[in-house]
Amino acid sequence: MKVTILQFPGTNCEYDTQHAFESLGATTEILWHKSESVPADTDLLVVAGGFSYGDYLRSGAIAKFSPVMQAVKKYANEGGKVLGICNGFQVLTESGLLPGALKRNEHLHFISKHHTLKVVNNENDFLKELSCGDVVNIPIAHHDGNYYIDEQGLQDLYANNQVLLQYSDAKGEISNPNGSVDSIAGICNKEKNVFGLMPHPERAMEKLLGSDDGVKMLQGFFKA
Amino acid sequence: MKAIVNVSLKAGVLDSQGKAVHHALESLHFGNVSDVRVGKQIILQLGESDESKARADVEKMCEELLANTVIEDYEIELVK
Repeated sequence: MKVTILQFPGTNCEYDTQHAFESLGATTEILWHKSESVPADTDLLVVAGGFSYGDYLRSGAIAKFSPVMQAVKKYANEGGKVLGICNGFQVLTESGLLPGALKRNEHLHFISKHHTLKVVNNENDFLKELSCGDVVNIPIAHHDGNYYIDEQGLQDLYANNQVLLQYSDAKGEISNPNGSVDSIAGICNKEKNVFGLMPHPERAMEKLLGSDDGVKMLQGFFKA
Repeated sequence: MKAIVNVSLKAGVLDSQGKAVHHALESLHFGNVSDVRVGKQIILQLGESDESKARADVEKMCEELLANTVIEDYEIELVK
């Protein structure tokens, strides 16, 4: 299992992500955004979290023009698996690889805390190690995590089983920290090879640090 | 030529910043404000002197970068 992790100016979760995947047995490579290709042996491409280009203009708006993004689009369109975490999710929506957009949090605060999430759909490579209705405890850390999609887009997401995770309380009841439409925390594309979520599974790999629920999430990618 | 681009959230997309500013105005007793929308303004100095060409260029810039048309509208004003 080879995981390639994108690095833009301002990315700051690439080493956590690398540590998380290596702890599960993957080999990893950090790929600088000037690269014009994705390494051929990549099994999973991760767009890591952070503040690419200082979040100037809009979160993820400038990163989508980095040379590597053309290669990422090609990789995704050919069926390659892509995971965007936090700022990575924002980059993927800005690039059009995932539907919708991420707005400023409803109450305008930067939110940094553990939050529980409910698994809405597990018929995909990302969450197949979990069951529908499972609740996982994963840190969130974002200012622009308020997921927006129009009514028709939302219907399409549900119709195609693209809604993966919702913010919830510990019992799985909806609890919305940032104003996201339907409390959505993570989605995938129609083809189910591009995934995006605001929470940080790579920061939930050890009980000692609050939660190891991220292990079950990231492990999904290891089993074909 | 100068282009002034105003970008704001679409009608129907909740503008949390606008709402917060509205509340603040109310608490300052500016009671007759019915709605507040917060946007951003981008000012471009253009080399182009032909107005229709300039507008077409800036529209393309808005569609590709300056606005996220999933959630935002833009208005372009050209100033000679």
